Amino acid sequence: MLNYLWAGMILIGIFYGAVNGRMAEITEGALAGVGDAVNLCLTMAGVMALWTGLMEIAGQSGLLHKAAALLKPVIRFLFPEVPEDHPAQEDISANMIANILGLGWAATPAGLKAMKSLDTLNPTPGTASNAMCTFLIVNISSLQLIPVNMIAYRSQYGSANPAAVIVPAFLATAVTTICGVAFARIAAGRKPV
Amino acid sequence: MMDFLIFLSDFIMPLLIFYIIGYGLLSKLSVYDMFIQGAKKGLMTTAELLPTLCGLMAGVSILRASGFLDDAAALAGGVTEWFGLPAPVVPVIFVKMFSSSAATGLVLDLFREYGPDSRIGWMTSIMMSCTETIFYTMSVYFMSVHIKKSRYTLAGALLATLAGVAVSILLAG
Repeated sequence: MLNYLWAGMILIGIFYGAVNGRMAEITEGALAGVGDAVNLCLTMAGVMALWTGLMEIAGQSGLLHKAAALLKPVIRFLFPEVPEDHPAQEDISANMIANILGLGWAATPAGLKAMKSLDTLNPTPGTASNAMCTFLIVNISSLQLIPVNMIAYRSQYGSANPAAVIVPAFLATAVTTICGVAFARIAAGRKPV
Repeated sequence: MMDFLIFLSDFIMPLLIFYIIGYGLLSKLSVYDMFIQGAKKGLMTTAELLPTLCGLMAGVSILRASGFLDDAAALAGGVTEWFGLPAPVVPVIFVKMFSSSAATGLVLDLFREYGPDSRIGWMTSIMMSCTETIFYTMSVYFMSVHIKKSRYTLAGALLATLAGVAVSILLAG
């Protein structure tokens, strides 16, 4: 899927650019894109190092274990395939806690660790397991409790009540997450693994 | 309320760091060594991510530079107005699937143009808060463990996003 998606983006882009006479912009765009990727990785490297360093301490001191216990009922419901006390449970809860707190940059490293843990449980390497699909759908449906960034942007552009977005945003997030989870449940039920 | 929330969010990270390191010390751990050990893992993960990001961002940039994204949005706008979705919001939905920061750029542009309390401002405020970057998240997460077949993930993610767009339109009135 990703194979065709990625190739499609590039082939459609170049074809469309040729028709529009924007070939120079395409080359520029591609070069700017990889430049952005490198810059983003440099920034992310520092953030990742800080976060994974802290998480190492939190993990070895047993803090993550405590946090995971709080989310355990939710995770047990969402990921029935993950055995009790498997490291995947802690990685998933670390990712969820970061997402809930709106620490998006912190959620990614934890999420990647969760994927690695889930992969050790995956009976069909190369094909996503039910737990992986559910994990990504829940992540993409957004779990944020308070949209801190959005409140800041709104206030910056002169909103009369920037924080008024909290309740509607929470409602909307609840709807997207419930839809995502319900879909994952139905789809997973069809085909075990 | 706003001040309190900003105050609260300013405190989350420092308090979290304080708590983690304090708890580690109380557990009699060599926290510094552990930090170094963990940081090394983080740097390795980032290095593994770089090729993926290069490929993805080159692809999205080509698509954007060709004018395809803008034209597709303008075209879709004619249909979506009928569902109560204004044409200027359409690019936000599509770009958000690829890149959160690019979508933020579009939303700030709309805030400048229409104001955050306008119908478009409300719609995008809510939409940005309840959706995520589908293709970026899927590529990065699945590629990190070499998953080729993502099964129903994309369908579920699109459904959640669609629900988010619908709720945003309804709530914005």
